[in-house]
Amino acid sequence: MSSRTIIGALIGAAALALSAGGAAAQQQKLKVGFIYVGPVGDHGWSYQHDVGRKAIEKAFGDKVETTYVESVPEADSERSIEQLARTGHGLIFTTSFGFMEPTLKVAKKYPNIKFEHATGFKRAPNLATYAAKFHEGRYVIGQIAGKMTKSGTIGYVGAFPIPEVVSGINSYFLGAQSVNPNIKLKVVWANSWYDPAKEADAAKALLDQGVDVVAQHTDSPAPLQAAEARGKYGFGQASDMERFAPKAQLTAIVDNWADYYVERTKAVLDGTWKSQDLWGGFDSGMVVMSPFKNMPDDVKKMAEETEAAIKSGKLNPFKCPVIKQDGSEVECKGTGALSDEQVLGMNFYVKGIDDKLPQ
Amino acid sequence: MTTFEAILLTIVTASTPLLIASLGELVAERSGVLNLGLEGMMAMGASCSFAAAVTFDSTLMGVGAGILAGGFMAALFAVVVLGFAANQVGSGLAVTIFGLGLSGLIGAPFVGARRDPVAPLNIPGLVDIPFIGRLFFGQDLFVYGSIALTVAVGLYLGRARAGLVLRSIGENHASAHALGLPVLRTRFLAILFGGACAGLAGAYLSLVYTRFWSPGMTAGRGWIALALVVFAAWRPRWVLIGAYIFGAATVLQLHAQAAQFGVPSQLLSAVPYLATILALLLLSLRHGRAIGTPGSLGVPFVPDR
Repeated sequence: MSSRTIIGALIGAAALALSAGGAAAQQQKLKVGFIYVGPVGDHGWSYQHDVGRKAIEKAFGDKVETTYVESVPEADSERSIEQLARTGHGLIFTTSFGFMEPTLKVAKKYPNIKFEHATGFKRAPNLATYAAKFHEGRYVIGQIAGKMTKSGTIGYVGAFPIPEVVSGINSYFLGAQSVNPNIKLKVVWANSWYDPAKEADAAKALLDQGVDVVAQHTDSPAPLQAAEARGKYGFGQASDMERFAPKAQLTAIVDNWADYYVERTKAVLDGTWKSQDLWGGFDSGMVVMSPFKNMPDDVKKMAEETEAAIKSGKLNPFKCPVIKQDGSEVECKGTGALSDEQVLGMNFYVKGIDDKLPQ
Repeated sequence: MTTFEAILLTIVTASTPLLIASLGELVAERSGVLNLGLEGMMAMGASCSFAAAVTFDSTLMGVGAGILAGGFMAALFAVVVLGFAANQVGSGLAVTIFGLGLSGLIGAPFVGARRDPVAPLNIPGLVDIPFIGRLFFGQDLFVYGSIALTVAVGLYLGRARAGLVLRSIGENHASAHALGLPVLRTRFLAILFGGACAGLAGAYLSLVYTRFWSPGMTAGRGWIALALVVFAAWRPRWVLIGAYIFGAATVLQLHAQAAQFGVPSQLLSAVPYLATILALLLLSLRHGRAIGTPGSLGVPFVPDR
């Protein structure tokens, strides 16, 4: 944790020096700042946000200037955010749920600066929120897993039993069940977002117990790589992880923030930026499936059709009726499917998952 | 390969880095130096070994680089705590912070690279024995090395004169100094050994365990290794037992989850810690001796003029 503080301090100092020297010269340039929760080199979450940052630079050239601070501890993020605000940034993206309160606080202090917070729900006139419907992708990989498994048992390495992860597990299972009604699912919690060695052990435990397709909601490529080593299958998480497991990766759910970041930067440049809340799925381009590989053509075709159906709105992973484990039906608060709020607050397993959700 | 064998093999993989790192720390602490830089030294070992292994396409080069990287960090630490007699807790923490940061910098160009698995060293004939064959005679060199290291450290501390000197320095450096024993030199070498072991443990993580590098991948294993030394009451054999109990509990709790016994996963995650503490506590109770904390542990030594 302290290493992050040091890196943060160094970058902060560098940013200060820069702004002191060239404040006048850079008046016309829009400075866009990013706060990341992990290292840019995590292969996953923060890495994908940085891909988005680079897309801004590419799209607007010398009209913009971007900065990022990586590995910012959530509890101590206010300093880093305020640092960006003080050093002339016009648009600041904070990219983890835990940055919510600090971002709100700084946003109130600097009403002329635009803020964008990922995965949160607190907004202000100068603070917008955005997130992605990853569970849409998980329905697709669930169907693929249901088709590809020979043992009839598929696995899932989860980080923590929070709604974001639980809705992913349910969506994955419902997808698998839709093509393979007798499918069994085993879930192992790593109790960590990022511990490559432990994630690998979790995947190995699943594989040892007869699982032959492993999905994951932790951040490193380790589970996928464990599947590759055993000649089994898996999926990439957050970014395309094919290079780690060329034979095992069936596809990856890729977070694509680039289009959104470019669009929002353009809005600031044009003076049309407004606070909003966007929860985008396949249709918004925020969730993208990497190429379907290592599977027969009919499975590939099915996956592509499902992806298209979800994208066009014809198919919703949580279409009603959704049945809980105890057989009771979940009240349908959306139109023909569960509402966004219900998905965002999901704290139950669907019927057919033969396990208890830790709470 | 049966499920049982597969589980045992995973346990060996999970335990080995802890064992190697703990042994190094044990020697340093027996000489009276508390090295809290373990986590940073491990991280440096993981990143440098991976960088070297990819650059030269050689696991051996990787292992060498890991050991050197750990040793280099240890030398820095030694200069501060021995040369300047600085506070060991503060210096150790600084080394951890520095090591985690520097390892990220060194490893940055190698993010996303991958290595093929290190081939196990099968001992012909013996490896085919059912059940125990692969477990005892089909491991990689790191595993054999870690067991050999345990025996060597045990013999060194218990039977060798040099080991006796090291222990007496750890117990009371003033008396040892009065007897003309080389306090600072012995401690310097002990710290170097500890760093080299931490580097080797890091190399095991990135070259064998996960086979890729990413920042912060040690994920607290250095701290666990540190705790193991204390709970093992500074005895090499107990460190071996503790590391394997911890590794076994870590792997078995994941299996228990997959087997759907219905025990909350948060509780299962705590099992490795509880099991290790309990086992080593029972061991030390049975032995009926006082926990053998080295008398001068953590106390800076300034030779009188």
